[in-house]
Amino acid sequence: MSETQELITIAIVMLGTAFTRFFPFFIFPEGKEPPAFITYLGRVLPYAVMGFLIVYCLRNVSFQKNFALPEAIAIFTVVVLQKWKKNSLISIAGGTILYMFLVQVCFV
Amino acid sequence: MKKKAVQAAFPHTIPVLIGFLFMGTSYGLLMRSKGFPFWYPVVMSVLIFTGSGQFMAVELLVSMFRPLHALFLTLVVNARYLFYGIPMLDKFKGMGWKKVYLIFGMCDETFSINCTVPPPPDVDKGAFMMAVTVLDHLYWIAGTTLGTLLGSVVRFDTTGLDFVMTALFVVLFVGQWEENKDHRPALTGIVCSVLCLILFGGENFILPAMGLIILCFFLDGKRKGAVS
Repeated sequence: MSETQELITIAIVMLGTAFTRFFPFFIFPEGKEPPAFITYLGRVLPYAVMGFLIVYCLRNVSFQKNFALPEAIAIFTVVVLQKWKKNSLISIAGGTILYMFLVQVCFV
Repeated sequence: MKKKAVQAAFPHTIPVLIGFLFMGTSYGLLMRSKGFPFWYPVVMSVLIFTGSGQFMAVELLVSMFRPLHALFLTLVVNARYLFYGIPMLDKFKGMGWKKVYLIFGMCDETFSINCTVPPPPDVDKGAFMMAVTVLDHLYWIAGTTLGTLLGSVVRFDTTGLDFVMTALFVVLFVGQWEENKDHRPALTGIVCSVLCLILFGGENFILPAMGLIILCFFLDGKRKGAVS
C-alpha cells in the first residue's frame, strides 16, 4: 500500500465509523417526532445493550479452556461487591485484580 | 469546559481511564510493530476513536488496498453503533454544536456512561455528557501516544487487565437492573447475544444479535400496543 492508499483507508474507517454513530440522528432529526416504536426502543434498548456489551467483551472466551471459570468467578465477584458496597470503583478494581490473579496464577 | 462538570464526570470515567490507557497502549504498540510512523495511530485515535474498529484497521493497512472491503468491514465491526443513537435521540436534543461531538465520540464506554449515569442535580446535563466524552477521548489518545512513543516498556504482566471493561459494563448492568423493575429488556439483551454468540461465533454475532434484540422488542411492543 502506498502512503496515499493508507491515508484513504484511514479516511474510510473514520467516515464509516462516524456514519454508524450519526445514522439514527440523520433518520430521526430533532424537529420530527420519531415513530412510536423508535421511542419505545429508545426506552428499552439501553438495558439490552448493556447485556449485549458484557457478552461482546466475552466473545473470545473459550469454554474449552477452564470452562470459562475465571470469567464466571470474576463477574460473580463484581456483582456481589456492587450489591454489597455499592461503590463502582471497588467493584471494578476488585473484579479486575481477581481476574488478573486467576488468569496469571491459578488457571495458567 | 466547566470545571464542575469535569469533577462530577471524572470518577465515573476512572475505569475507562485504566482500560483505555491499557488498550490504547497495546494499539499504539501494535501499529509501531507493523512499521507505521508514530503519528499514524495517534491521528487515528483522534479522528476515529473506536477500539475494535482501529484494531481491525491495522489488518486493513497491512494488506492490499481495497477501499470497498475496508468500508464494508468498518460498517460490520461498528454495526452496534447504529443503535446507540436511538436512546440518545432525546438526551442529545437541543445540545447545538455539542451534539456533533457527543455523537462523534460515542464509543461503547462513553455511550454506557452517558446513557445510564445521571449528572448531579447542580451540574448541567450537556456539560456532564461533554466532560465524559472529552475525558474518554483524551484517555484513548493518551494511551495510544504512550504505546507509540514508549514501545515495550510495560514492566508488569498485564494479562487480564482488559477485564476492566467487562467489569465496567457489569457494574452499569447491575445499576440498571436495580433501577428498573422490569428485567425483560436486560434479559433480552443477554439471552439474544449469548444465543447468537453460540450460533454464529465471536467474529460474526454482532449483527444477528442486534437484529434479534430489535425483533424481540418489536414483537413485545406490538403485544403491548406500543407499536402500531
